[in-house]
Amino acid sequence: MRTTRILGGLLLLAVVGAGGFAALAWRSELDPIKPPERSAFPPERIAQGAKLASLGYCAQCHTAAGGKPFAGGYPLKTPFGTIYGTNITPDPETGIGTWSEEAFARSMGEGVDREGHHLYPGFPYDHFTRISADDNRALYAYLMTREPVRAEAPANELPWPLQFRPLLAGWKLLFLDQGAFKDDPARSAEWNRGAYLAEGVAHCGACHTPRNLLGARETDRKFAGGESEGWHAPALNEASTAPVPWDQDSLYAYLRKGVSEDHALAAGPMAPVIRNLSSVPDEDIRAMATYIADGMGERRPAPPAGAVPAGNGAATVYAGACATCHEPGGPLQFAAPVDLAKATSIAQPDPRNVIQAIMGGVMTPDAAAAPLMPGFAHILTDKQFAELTAYLRTRFSGQPAWTDIEGHVARIRSETGSAGGSSTRIAKGE
Amino acid sequence: MITLSVNGRDHQVDADPATPLLYVLRDDLEMNAAKFGCGLGQCGSCMVLVDGAPVVSCVTPIVVLEGRAIRTVEGLGTVDDPGPVQRAFMEEQAAQCGYCIPGFMISAQALLERTPSPSDAEIRDALKPNLCRCGTHMRIMKAVRRAAGFMQTADAGATTSNGEDRR
Amino acid sequence: MNGPVLSRRGFLGGGALVVGFTLFPGRLLAQAPQEGDGGTPPGMPKALNSNPLLESWIRIDADGGITVFTGKAELGQGIRTALLQVAAEELAVDPMAITLVTADTGRTPNESYTAGSQSMQESGTAILHASARVAAILRDLAAKSFGVPADNLKLAQGAVAAPDGRSLGYGELVAGGELEGVRAQAGTVLKDPASYSVIGRDLPRVDIPAKVTGGAAYVQDMRLSNMVHARVVRPPSYGAGIREVDTAVAERMPGVVGTFRDGNYLAVVAEREWQAINAMRVLAQAVKWDEHETLPDQGTLFRDIQTLQSDERVIQDRRDDPAAVGGAVHRLDAEFHRGFQIHGSIGPSCAIGLFRDGAMTVWSHGQGMFPLRSAIAEMLRMDEAQVHCIHTEGSGCYGHNGADDAGADAALIARAFPGRPVRVQWMREDEHCWEPFGSAMVSKARGGVDAQGRIVDYQYEVWSAPHSTRPGGAGALMPAWHLAEPFKPDPPKPIPQPAGGGDRNAIPLYAIPNVRIVHRYIPDMPVRTSALRGLGAFMNVFALESFMDEMAAAADTDPVDFRLRHLEDPRARDVVTMAAEKFGWSSARLPAGHGKGFGFGRYKNYAAYCAVAVEVAVERETGAARLVRAVAAIDSGQAVNPDGIRNQTEGGIVQSSSWTLMEQVTFDRTRITSRDWSAYPILRFDHIPDSVEVHVIDRPGKPYLGTGEAAQGPTAGAIANAIADAAGVRLHELPLTRRRIKAAVGV
Ligand code: FES
Ligand code: FES
Repeated sequence: MRTTRILGGLLLLAVVGAGGFAALAWRSELDPIKPPERSAFPPERIAQGAKLASLGYCAQCHTAAGGKPFAGGYPLKTPFGTIYGTNITPDPETGIGTWSEEAFARSMGEGVDREGHHLYPGFPYDHFTRISADDNRALYAYLMTREPVRAEAPANELPWPLQFRPLLAGWKLLFLDQGAFKDDPARSAEWNRGAYLAEGVAHCGACHTPRNLLGARETDRKFAGGESEGWHAPALNEASTAPVPWDQDSLYAYLRKGVSEDHALAAGPMAPVIRNLSSVPDEDIRAMATYIADGMGERRPAPPAGAVPAGNGAATVYAGACATCHEPGGPLQFAAPVDLAKATSIAQPDPRNVIQAIMGGVMTPDAAAAPLMPGFAHILTDKQFAELTAYLRTRFSGQPAWTDIEGHVARIRSETGSAGGSSTRIAKGE
Repeated sequence: MITLSVNGRDHQVDADPATPLLYVLRDDLEMNAAKFGCGLGQCGSCMVLVDGAPVVSCVTPIVVLEGRAIRTVEGLGTVDDPGPVQRAFMEEQAAQCGYCIPGFMISAQALLERTPSPSDAEIRDALKPNLCRCGTHMRIMKAVRRAAGFMQTADAGATTSNGEDRR
Repeated sequence: MNGPVLSRRGFLGGGALVVGFTLFPGRLLAQAPQEGDGGTPPGMPKALNSNPLLESWIRIDADGGITVFTGKAELGQGIRTALLQVAAEELAVDPMAITLVTADTGRTPNESYTAGSQSMQESGTAILHASARVAAILRDLAAKSFGVPADNLKLAQGAVAAPDGRSLGYGELVAGGELEGVRAQAGTVLKDPASYSVIGRDLPRVDIPAKVTGGAAYVQDMRLSNMVHARVVRPPSYGAGIREVDTAVAERMPGVVGTFRDGNYLAVVAEREWQAINAMRVLAQAVKWDEHETLPDQGTLFRDIQTLQSDERVIQDRRDDPAAVGGAVHRLDAEFHRGFQIHGSIGPSCAIGLFRDGAMTVWSHGQGMFPLRSAIAEMLRMDEAQVHCIHTEGSGCYGHNGADDAGADAALIARAFPGRPVRVQWMREDEHCWEPFGSAMVSKARGGVDAQGRIVDYQYEVWSAPHSTRPGGAGALMPAWHLAEPFKPDPPKPIPQPAGGGDRNAIPLYAIPNVRIVHRYIPDMPVRTSALRGLGAFMNVFALESFMDEMAAAADTDPVDFRLRHLEDPRARDVVTMAAEKFGWSSARLPAGHGKGFGFGRYKNYAAYCAVAVEVAVERETGAARLVRAVAAIDSGQAVNPDGIRNQTEGGIVQSSSWTLMEQVTFDRTRITSRDWSAYPILRFDHIPDSVEVHVIDRPGKPYLGTGEAAQGPTAGAIANAIADAAGVRLHELPLTRRRIKAAVGV
């Protein structure tokens, strides 16, 4: 189903692209420069850039597992294929060492590299276009003063005809709304600061806003919930199903520490976001929380959880595997978030995050990233996973039952390779 | 009654089906190797093999284990006839207090059955779930490398890779 | 039935199951016991003088079976193997032919604690002398029987042989009770170290085979018949009290034998372990606690420590050359911090208690069975003679952790359920929150260096809470604090120099003309603290060795040369030189982002010498630091089991790297919040070094020097120095976390 959707989208893109070429496809190359010295940048500007780079968690997509920071090679899995983060260290051959400030600003605002090639929107220039000229200058100063690393990112793995970059001109014509952020004078300075950061460098909507067939954000459904790397990115607007509505304080706590005790603990693709935010000052975090909280809309009471049928086998699994930590009286009773009746993930419209967490385990979201909950990939069969997931939904949430849990379990197991040694045996179940 | 296959033998266990395997192994089957360390799945002291994969038995209720092959360190060999992993740990003197060691041997066994000549990076990765407080890590690394060598020699295999006990 | 079933008799019989070697293989004072120490006659080891009957150390049965008794305990440090080597050497038997009985108030000499790296010095020396004495008696008995001069006889394999081939087994020789009542003598002649065949060998540890094959090796593995399982519902914070509790809910649960409450002490007992755990969780929900803010503000801890009431002791004030001070061309000062740290045994504390016919027996992995007996007797208001404590190995403890408290739990609960052995296993959070932590510390160093690059003066002040609050009385047992009639801890006393507690190793071994060292002892730290491996030495050596590098840099001198310039003790110089050479200090070409660092210390200034050179990689962008490789040299005097020394030292280096780079207890004003391994992360395999190399310098005939704690401080100093080398910034606050490094490096 996914394939047909995408193919349909490609067709459309091709048509639009053909129209767009003439006007847009061709972009000029900007002259290479000699990599500037550190002394070319005032230290405050570098520091400002560092803060922005943390807000944008640039290092995440531009660093391979075990690789040097910003040297590229991170595989970003998209529905269209795998795109590799590029080397953004100032190495002149493989990085951005020869990019002028103008070339850098153009890439952020228009999604075009120094040589004039269109960039894939996996690089969220549809957000970065909102960044102010000043902040781009700061980011540039920061990146150009990193340790240069010679490293060639692997070629993207995209199906025909997506490797053909001029097509992206069409995409931009349709979906890229260029231009820096503009303050809303009716709102507070804090709100505006939060909006500027969240819409721009922090690119929250890249994951939390649903995307259309062509991979563009559905801007009229802003923050209605999207996805990222096999995880569901929960809604940050009135569509949120969190049992305890999020507010400014809980969002702040979550963004600051990775935990809001009544809601969630950052895991999956959100965990590195939190780790990066740890060096961002409180007021910026607070501002983003203010902005997002404002968009969460009215508090709606969560429906009460239904009764679990007696003799449920998954209840036994829960009692032996989960209750130690998740029932009151347990060792983590003062940590968070263990009360599953309040967990945002269990009330979400799809079960992926619950399955991901149970299968792969959960790490602490702080810089030390220590294992908090073990993965059950080897412990439970697919059938047991599905039953346990359904049980958690019924017992802890009044939301309607999830559909196709088994399909999600099987997909996540194969995508994450969470089966290890005896994969086949476990994956197939009894 | 739940039937558990441990080290190739079936045991009828009369315990609450929610009971984590660790307590059944220790209290009902009177086996010592799997240890209580945290009960939270964070330290690996309680590890056993289930269908060849290392699992933390402290959070594995026995209800999910019917029909699956469980192996413990007791199943890898004996004092008089140690399996390759056990022999390697003895020869490297890879223990201080030794409390964590059975869990490490399980992680090692699972790794070596899957990847007979692992790189150091693969060994480290496989041993990540296990904690040792005495700082025996360097000897544990050596022991796993040595065990890999033993397992490649024809006579040293203690167990077949499908989880059957050789005894 | 799978796996060996441990019978009660097996444990009471001692020997085979109580495996061990000393946690911190202590100083074994070899051929030269300290003369006249506290009334001990010259040539007589102190421990032997206190327990002079030979049979309290060595028993030979009529069938030739040899049993050796030690008041020390195996704590995972290998003392069992080393003591067997010592006895076997003088008795001329295979070490495997000896049964070793460790700390047991009913059977062994009272050797107080197994701590401070003193087991080899104390027990090892006593056993060496007692064995030599027994060997001499055996020789004399055989000489009489054969009618040949004793000098012509040879002891081997448990028999005394005459040149003509006649031979008498040890058992036959003493079957008439010839050893009964015989006392040790001063001046016993010992073997010449040159003739040693067992001492100095890498004898494989005797306890390892059982540990790697599922044998019963630990108190956790004991299964006494009719045994029940107990769990304690601890208060959520220090000083919390029960407002109300309904124990009935737990009592109705399957398998629950009963609950036990005494004041704020609450426990549940069940037939099976999982039932006990479930009942504990339910009971925990059924209690309402009153809690109070008793903890300091973690954010201002180090400032606040300096304002707490402290007892100031000047432990050294030496002005050998006051005039030199004026020659200083560089003046430096620095302030160092260390947070609270846990012992963090992988196996939480455990004990078994059995109360029968008015007598209490406790199986415990604590470090001192005799002191534990006194404390439990006081807590239960029993006659000490009615309490029997038997050491049974547990998970490594690294000092005073929860082991004694678990013994107290077992005794308290067992008395309420007479006739049934009660096994108490602590949960992870019990251990993380209730064990006594290694103390937070603050220190300040000041120094001057002259134009020739010599240190002319050095001043150091250190603030610390107690590093020893071990059982002596019931007040040292945490469970006793919670009883309706609570016991209060005795006011702790500082450990005097030269060993020291918070001031351990505060006095530098370096030759400096003017030195003033002040210990500010804080008797009332609001957080429970006690001995953690190395005590104050970990922090003090970290601080001193960091400061040495700062002074070396001021003098523009290589750090190793700078140390050697200030070291006169040739054995100290030897370990420094060897570690530097084996590391390739002067020739090392390190990759970008890597740095090298050096650290040295002589533990307690009288135990083992240890020098450590390390290479550390620092990623500037993230602040992540990793110990890449370490090379150490150690001199523990006569090396009884060199591999045991290497194993302990490797472990010390790796453990210290975890303390140094990542560990710190966290708390809010009421509760300890680092309750598990996620909130208190320690080293995992993805961050271990590529290699750790330990070189042992053997000193035949020299006294045994305690080894087990020697590497902690030098490793911490070396890592801090290597980070400074790699990143160009120096950190003064432990742990040296990635966040702190990142903050110091800047952008
Ligand atoms: S005891 Fe199971 S992981 Fe720690
Ligand atoms: S050897 Fe003691 S915990 Fe690993």
